[in-house]
Amino acid sequence: MDLLSTLRIAFRALARNKMRSTLTMLGIIIGVGAVIAMVGIGQGADQTVQRQIANLGSNMLFVSSGSMNLGGLRLGWGATKTLVGEDVAAMLRECPAVAAAAPGTQTSAQVVYENDNWGTRITGSTPEYFDIRTWDFQSGTGFISDDVTNAANVAVIGDTVRKNLFPSIEAVGKTIRIGNLPFKVIGVLVAKGQSPAMSEDQDDTIIVPLTTLQKKITGQPWLRFVMVSAKSRSGSYAAQQQIESLLRDRHRIRADQSDDFTVRNLADMADLASEASKVMTGLLASIAGVSLLVGGIGIMNIMLVSVTERTREIGIRMAIGATEGDVQQQFLIEAVVMSLIGGVVGIAVGVSASLSIAATAGWPILVSGTAIAGATAIAMAIGIFFGYYPAQKAASLDPIEALRYE
Amino acid sequence: MSIQSTNSLSGSDLTSPEDKHEETVIQVRDIHKIYQMGETPVHALRGVSLEINRGEFVAIMGASGSGKSTFMNILGCLDKPSSGQYFLEGIDVSGLNKKQLAGIRNRKIGFVFQGFNLLARTTALENTELPTLYARIDKTERHQRAVDALKMVGLGDRIDHFPSQLSGGQQQRVAIARALVNRPSILLADEPTGNLDSRTSVELMEIFQALNEKGLTIILVTHEHDIAQFTKRNIVFRDGKVRRDDAIVNRVRAAEALKTMPAIED
Repeated sequence: MDLLSTLRIAFRALARNKMRSTLTMLGIIIGVGAVIAMVGIGQGADQTVQRQIANLGSNMLFVSSGSMNLGGLRLGWGATKTLVGEDVAAMLRECPAVAAAAPGTQTSAQVVYENDNWGTRITGSTPEYFDIRTWDFQSGTGFISDDVTNAANVAVIGDTVRKNLFPSIEAVGKTIRIGNLPFKVIGVLVAKGQSPAMSEDQDDTIIVPLTTLQKKITGQPWLRFVMVSAKSRSGSYAAQQQIESLLRDRHRIRADQSDDFTVRNLADMADLASEASKVMTGLLASIAGVSLLVGGIGIMNIMLVSVTERTREIGIRMAIGATEGDVQQQFLIEAVVMSLIGGVVGIAVGVSASLSIAATAGWPILVSGTAIAGATAIAMAIGIFFGYYPAQKAASLDPIEALRYE
Repeated sequence: MSIQSTNSLSGSDLTSPEDKHEETVIQVRDIHKIYQMGETPVHALRGVSLEINRGEFVAIMGASGSGKSTFMNILGCLDKPSSGQYFLEGIDVSGLNKKQLAGIRNRKIGFVFQGFNLLARTTALENTELPTLYARIDKTERHQRAVDALKMVGLGDRIDHFPSQLSGGQQQRVAIARALVNRPSILLADEPTGNLDSRTSVELMEIFQALNEKGLTIILVTHEHDIAQFTKRNIVFRDGKVRRDDAIVNRVRAAEALKTMPAIED
């Protein structure tokens, strides 16, 4: 029998038991919907984390003074005084994978503007800092190398500082005091939000020229960190190795001693986070997959009932010339039609579920074509897999017995 | 409701009786059928041999358990003999596989059952079309053949009716149209009048007689002697064997019989 006629017969048979067909399809609808929603949520979460990491800076590596692990003792930043400006110059000179580097140090201080004051981090760095962190200005500009050379009293403020000190007026051009020193605000940075890697408010900071901080505030000539950007994302691993061996060399660390610095690679963190979210997505999808399996069993169940109910019809069809293949095809198509309709509706349900979850959670909306194509293929495969046995059962009926069936 | 006269059957391309006389359609040689019922073998047919020529109209009779149903199932290629040979139009059917048998049932045999066996919620036209679907005939031809077959049995004006909207006699005529739509070599009717009242039964026999006159070979299983009187040859089964095989001498014309019967209001 041709496919079109078989399809018509299948639709008619399903329409004859609307309630039953709908309930059976519901199993597939829920299963496919759940898989699509779960994969969507997983991918959305992954992309959010990736975006946050990328937000830290482009192909960034973070070199900090002090080892994060000294014989089991974790030490914080600035525990050593060995990271210095010449190290940065050497990195730019000798590490081919390094594109740019911004030395920096940090302290905390109370900042005052007129009657308001706010305690925040003061970061000292060079103009490259803004490029490496791909940090734009909402108003004003950053400082230039001359400001670093001259140890100028200029400051760039983060959005959180602006909110606290200049809630309603323009900050650029105003003078703030850090400790007892007056600084002119020359730029306000755009908000970056919470840092996923260091869980701190990235906008709660003031950035001043490195030399100003070193000479006028902390009095410490060494560096606490160097922000490095690699030439490419894949080059960041090479950059990490080059920096590590360069610094060990320059700091005269013997082979049996551990580093007095730490290099953290954002690509590394991104991969780790992505690995974690892939595991989560897989877990969610397999739980959803179980409901798809249950849906498939529902189809098999209903098809078996249908074969029994229609034994006589099968007998008639065989008597007038339907081959076993014809009968098998008829029931298989019926199961596939049911699972495919369920699949299509399930895709719609899954897509709208992931859209509404994405809207609630503020995640990027992610409904991948692969997930939809995959779900359709799975629905079809379920129809064939779970429809095969009932169809086989129908086809193997003895026409004489089937005709006699009451 | 009145039955269509025989001239409504003209224009059908059933073969004319003249050139097909004496041609053997069915040849059965020493057929045995043994069923295994648990431990005990049941000998349903014990060596049946007979021939049926084209254009014959045969009534097969016998008590239940006589083997006539088994014989019909074998003739209809629904069942295979345990031993012996069955030639349908010269083809040894006993050697065919299931798929080939389905093809034979589809193209060479038309079935009419006691219980009509139409598909419910399926129009007369679609029921009639069914065998052409399995014969993989193209759509326009399918439709044309089904309409022609329904006209042939006098139901040209009811092609879109559902079985539930038709009387028993009309349903059985749809079943006949379905049986004829692939232009089979033989028509097998298993107790076709079993579910019908006597007048409708005779009306149905009128159709069979008309079809037979157009050259169609008809084999009819019945346990009613009245019905057998409308045929040309009477084969009686008993205990799995043919006990009698006679020509009907005073064949009754269904059209004549109807005149003497009181009309029944539908």
